[in-house]
Amino acid sequence: MSEVAKSADWTGPVPAAGGALRGYAVWIAAALAFLVVPYVFSSGAGLTMLSLMGIMIVFTLSYNMLLGQTGMLSFGHAVYYGLGAFFAVHAMNAVTRAGLPVPVIAIPLVGGLAGLVFGIIFGSVSTRRGGTAFAMISLGLAELVASSANILRGFFGGEEGITTNRTKLLPVLGLNFGPQLQVYFLIAAWCLLCMIAMYAITRTPLGRMCNAVRENPERAQFVGYNPQTVRFIAFPLSGFFAGIAGALAAINFEIVNSSYVGLGQSGVVLLAAYIGGVGYFVGPVIGAIIVTYLQVMLSDVTAIWQLYFGLLFIVIVMFAPNGIAGLLAMHQPLWRAGVLHRLVPAYLVGLAPLAVMTLGAILAIEMAHRFAARASDGPDMAFLRIPLDVTRPLPWLVAAAMTIGGLLLFRRTWPYVASAWNEATITARGRGEHL
Amino acid sequence: MLELVIVSTLNGVLYGMLLFLMASGLTLIFSMMGVLNFAHASFYMLGAFFGYQISQWAGFWVALVLAPLLVGGIGALVERFALRNVHRHGHVPELLFTFGLAYVIEEVAQMVWGKLPVDFRAPAALDFSAFTIFSTNYPAYKMFMLFTAICIFAALLAVLTRTRTGLIIQAALTHPDMVAMLGHNVPRVFMLVFGVGTGLAAIAGVIAGPALVTQASMAGLLGPILFVVVVIGGLGSLAGAFIASLLIGLVQTFGVALNVSLADLFGAFGITVGPGSALSEIWTVTIAQIAPILPYLLLVLVLIFRPTGLLGTRDT
Amino acid sequence: MMNLRQALIGAASLIALTVPAVAAETVKIAFIDPLSGGAASTGENGLKHYQYLAEFLNGKQSDYKFEVTGYDNKVNPQESLVAAQKAIDAGIRIITQGNGSSVAAALLDFVQKYNDRNPGKEIVYLNYAAVDPVLTNEKCSYWHFRYDANSDIKMEALTNFMKGRQNIKKVYLINQDYSFGHAVRTAARKMIGEKRPDIQIVGDEVTPLQKVTDFAPYISKIKASGADSIITGNWAQDWNLLIKAAADAGLQADFYTYYAGGAGGPTVAKQTGLADRIFQITEGIANIDHKESREFEKAFRPKVGSSVLYPRAVNEMNALLKALQEAKSTDPKKFAPKLETTKMEAFNGGEAFMRADDHQFFQPMYISSFGPLSGDMPYDEEGTGWGWKLIGKVDAKDTVVPTTCKMNRPS
Repeated sequence: MSEVAKSADWTGPVPAAGGALRGYAVWIAAALAFLVVPYVFSSGAGLTMLSLMGIMIVFTLSYNMLLGQTGMLSFGHAVYYGLGAFFAVHAMNAVTRAGLPVPVIAIPLVGGLAGLVFGIIFGSVSTRRGGTAFAMISLGLAELVASSANILRGFFGGEEGITTNRTKLLPVLGLNFGPQLQVYFLIAAWCLLCMIAMYAITRTPLGRMCNAVRENPERAQFVGYNPQTVRFIAFPLSGFFAGIAGALAAINFEIVNSSYVGLGQSGVVLLAAYIGGVGYFVGPVIGAIIVTYLQVMLSDVTAIWQLYFGLLFIVIVMFAPNGIAGLLAMHQPLWRAGVLHRLVPAYLVGLAPLAVMTLGAILAIEMAHRFAARASDGPDMAFLRIPLDVTRPLPWLVAAAMTIGGLLLFRRTWPYVASAWNEATITARGRGEHL
Repeated sequence: MLELVIVSTLNGVLYGMLLFLMASGLTLIFSMMGVLNFAHASFYMLGAFFGYQISQWAGFWVALVLAPLLVGGIGALVERFALRNVHRHGHVPELLFTFGLAYVIEEVAQMVWGKLPVDFRAPAALDFSAFTIFSTNYPAYKMFMLFTAICIFAALLAVLTRTRTGLIIQAALTHPDMVAMLGHNVPRVFMLVFGVGTGLAAIAGVIAGPALVTQASMAGLLGPILFVVVVIGGLGSLAGAFIASLLIGLVQTFGVALNVSLADLFGAFGITVGPGSALSEIWTVTIAQIAPILPYLLLVLVLIFRPTGLLGTRDT
Repeated sequence: MMNLRQALIGAASLIALTVPAVAAETVKIAFIDPLSGGAASTGENGLKHYQYLAEFLNGKQSDYKFEVTGYDNKVNPQESLVAAQKAIDAGIRIITQGNGSSVAAALLDFVQKYNDRNPGKEIVYLNYAAVDPVLTNEKCSYWHFRYDANSDIKMEALTNFMKGRQNIKKVYLINQDYSFGHAVRTAARKMIGEKRPDIQIVGDEVTPLQKVTDFAPYISKIKASGADSIITGNWAQDWNLLIKAAADAGLQADFYTYYAGGAGGPTVAKQTGLADRIFQITEGIANIDHKESREFEKAFRPKVGSSVLYPRAVNEMNALLKALQEAKSTDPKKFAPKLETTKMEAFNGGEAFMRADDHQFFQPMYISSFGPLSGDMPYDEEGTGWGWKLIGKVDAKDTVVPTTCKMNRPS
């Protein structure tokens, strides 16, 4: 588990004099992005997707506190997300019934607290072991909680779940959080706060010890810290932020049901963390954005989105195990040395056959799907708006040519890309980068 | 009462044997290579579908032999060309790879055979009632399943402990580097083990297909229980997997038969909980209702108190 | 004297007068159901039903042009809300959904809140298969219309039928442990107790939803109880595995079901060989002796590749068209009042109507048994050679159950 995060560069170089401001610049840029983006994607579905991304960012970052930071692979993280959501929704209903002056913006704290408490309870049994035993216990606990959702109907609401109305709580500055735009800003604010908090934790001694326990638990013991205690502290903290994410989801959807605690939700967050890159703080953020986007949009484009999800996963695992953040981080030294632009021509040359190959493969898969599974829909389909007939040999030949030809050409470009890298690396080394 | 016990025991053993058929392959792979093969249930499903397809052309018995060979071959190829590359990145990527593989296999199966159940029937030779106990018929086919599972267990045990290959496999379990230095081709051993493991899953699929419903979603039904069986039984132990499968089969079957709830238990002592209170749901839920989640409870308990599993030889 | 130019202008204006003043108005419908994953076969089949119906109705009249767009919700309530949002962005104001009462409850809530918060942009939700009674009782909403008989209605019809069957003495209830399953068993107990107090209910079992792989232990319990009839609301694999286990164990009993006719069910039923022992209660079957529905079935099967599994969808679309024509508007605010007072002929004949109190549609219900084709039965199911034989009919007015709905109507 630790091998993946070995190359993690958690500290980064010691900041120079103006470096402190540069550190803050990232957060200011993030805040600006949060402010601007809802006006770019202002449709109903767009705002919903942005809200979902915000929630997922918090959730995935909380998951990475376990996986990337402390080396704990959990299959049941959605339990804390879901329990946070349930407690939040019950709190909202209770506040409305009793007429208490509690605004919606304070509700995520309830979710966080629930996540924290259950993190302590379940963590006391799970964190005794690490590695696979921990993963299996988390799986067992997740199944238990998901199944008990059907038994404890009063709390979990059975199939219908529990509904609430976010506009019935105390308004803040005249905002009742009915419109999706206001909900987005609530989520964005909490997301930014949580990101800062979680980043801050990585810079504390606790965060460092978590990394140490991930790398070499035995050695951490020599330094005087019990790995079990470190894990036991990290676990509820990550549950706290997961609970906040769950509460935000409860506010967004105004309905919470047993799928919030299910294995599917746990699987999605694992996917998102991994695709983004568990070794970097920004990895889960990237992963959350990509996975949410795919989840929302992919099923409109194709009915076999599960296949593409699986393939994407396999490709990342095989060719980019450090995730997308890992790929980007690979380029960081070159960018600092100012030689990144030298890679651009080589990348463009390599990108073309790669694109052709990918398109050809997708075309073949879609045609196979139409041919095999949807024969009753007829043989005519459109790929990228080009109509074609799957019973003719021509489209198949084109797909095969694109895939195989693209692959062969792509392989041809590797030496060119490699040599461009070599040159850039040499120049970067000359400018003081360690590569 | 006696009827209930005998019938439940028989049902439990039958169900447990089905679980063992599948878990045997997973134990082998898990204990050998440390790979938590999430796609194991998908190979089981592939076995069922291949079995169905081949039995349409050549009959059940040919399918019983051919389907596992084909699926085992696919498994070996997957190991050779994909898993081996991922292996060097660590355990998490391996696990995630099998995760993605499970998705892909399920979708491909859906594309080829559709989403509805297919008509996979038991062979006519076995389609009669073997015996009747207390007015419940037990089809001969289920006896055949029992018989096959026991044979496979015996064969695997014999191969692992009595043959040279088996001893090398056992050695590679605990000392892979030493075994490699002794000149054995450890990667080839791994490929063999993965192929055999998936082949075993496929046999389970061919046999279970007619008994349960053969459908693309069947992998998701049995997947989690498989892990429970393997972990409870203990890593590195085939006998442990056998015992754990029986245990889980019996627990689930007996659990279903018992309509006892906490209310009944405590009610005998005069302790009652009112219907409106928060505890009332837990109080009145019967064991029969929670029977399918008892294995998970068992899993958590075993992992807390005995992390190596019942008969495990290796710490996880 | 008229010159050529004047004649041409005169002719043109004459022709212009004969052209209809209004072209067909487009009515967009969003179909939100699972189109991928395990339940996809049901969802895809439903989508095809609606697409066929849209074409069929477009061909029959020219006032309105129906357009059905499918949205995949992966049986997930949250995804359904996102799908509804996408539909709204695309300008769609009619949503139809059916698979999963959890999704239905979420959509109902969402539609109500959306309409409250966005006056003038109302959307309407037509429910074709989510049968949890709560949707037209505690959670009823003005903007929700249910076209499937809810589980209480089906049990009312079923028990009215069972009332007359003297060979039923001991009944075993086995259902899935969730809201629908509990609704079935509660209604069964109540209604059997009222109509046939002499019937003994010898077992009342609930099994975890979609988790049981081996029903043999349950079958042993049923055998031990001596039941001659089993009432179950199980669907999909919970039904398939139950009936298979029953056949394996040689259980001699009648099965009264809600969903034995669902996709894949007939194939499994034929495998078991239990002829005329499996009954279902539905709002229509293919072999009913009604000319129009038989013709519809005949044209439907080759095009869609399945039987008409949702006669209620036909009723729903017909009711929608009727309401649109009566209101002369595609604005939900204007045609909803017409929808709630619909009176029409049901797909298989007989009177059907929408109850305004709770927006529950009532239609004739039919009890049928599954067995080899005989007599006047032109249709089999899923190519098995066996089909549904009509055993009994219950008129719509005899299926009415009371409601506790207190609907908030818009002013």
